[in-house]
Amino acid sequence: MIERAYEKYFRRNRLPHLWCPGCGNGIAMKAIVQAIDGKDGWTQDNTVIVSGIGCSSRASGYMDFDTLHTAHGRAIPFATGIKLARPDLNVVVITGDGDCTAIGGGHFIHGCRRNIDLTVVLFNNNIYGMTGGQASPMTPLGKKATTAPYGSIDRPFDACKLAEAAGATYVARSTAFHVQHLIKMIRDGLDNKGFSFIEALVQCPTAYGRRNKLGEPAKMMAWMRDNAVMKSAWDKLPDDKKVEGKFPIGLFYQAEAIDYDTAYEQVIERAHSN
Amino acid sequence: MKAEFTIRNERCKGCGICVAFCPKQVLAIDPLGKVYVADQEKCIACGQCELRCPDYAIFVEKVKEAGAK
Repeated sequence: MIERAYEKYFRRNRLPHLWCPGCGNGIAMKAIVQAIDGKDGWTQDNTVIVSGIGCSSRASGYMDFDTLHTAHGRAIPFATGIKLARPDLNVVVITGDGDCTAIGGGHFIHGCRRNIDLTVVLFNNNIYGMTGGQASPMTPLGKKATTAPYGSIDRPFDACKLAEAAGATYVARSTAFHVQHLIKMIRDGLDNKGFSFIEALVQCPTAYGRRNKLGEPAKMMAWMRDNAVMKSAWDKLPDDKKVEGKFPIGLFYQAEAIDYDTAYEQVIERAHSN
Repeated sequence: MKAEFTIRNERCKGCGICVAFCPKQVLAIDPLGKVYVADQEKCIACGQCELRCPDYAIFVEKVKEAGAK
């Protein structure tokens, strides 16, 4: 009987999880616990998992840390509150493409702007899966959804570019196919003191894949394998090779900046010195 | 090379990701929609199945000595 060390981070009596067969959320959730596992100073008692609403956000219920399953789009504000009240805690936010960029779009950019020390992992399944497949702000152009039966005409967000422009100090992307790379991207995000954003592309075979005839889950993952290009190779790629569907993965941006807790500490000191 | 498998049937949803990414066609889905080891001899213990299983249902490890458990 083989049992992995990271299993202790799951609430095993809650497994199997409720995600559909072949859903990529399970892969991304395992990547998070594997990134946390063995990280110096991170224990189940000083790590908090905060999630919003949606398929992705069910993850907090399966993870054996102190967890908070919050209101739709509001995971980052709740996490900000925790981090300000208890800067000693490690806070990880799990959110989805709709939760983070639509309902919580404002919270997301302002979290980035403040550079508060959170690690936000966005499970991007390109659709609102739980509510029946409505188009999200990250549904690719032309792809079908229940609210876009002839293809979405809304231009999608690039959440990584959004995070970078808004002031996040660590921005990366990976996919459910590139599991070891995803674990590394998340672990480096945990190491960054400041707002870290990792977009994990995951397959939704039920609400997104089926409607867009993308085939079974393994085929959707093979698509990720064939279309994801490592950042270093992407930068060398001529523009005419950056065709539709191809996308870069890897670390996009990292910067040094004062984090919100430290800035707040300085304000308290200034106020006390007068 | 020998490999040891642990399959947690209660977790498997039969999505077929492990079957598809196995480079040696070791795995298959049974009529009830659960994964099983169809040809253990061919397994090279690469761990691709375990790596991408979204349900933490399959685990594989190399067994060092040929034939030893």
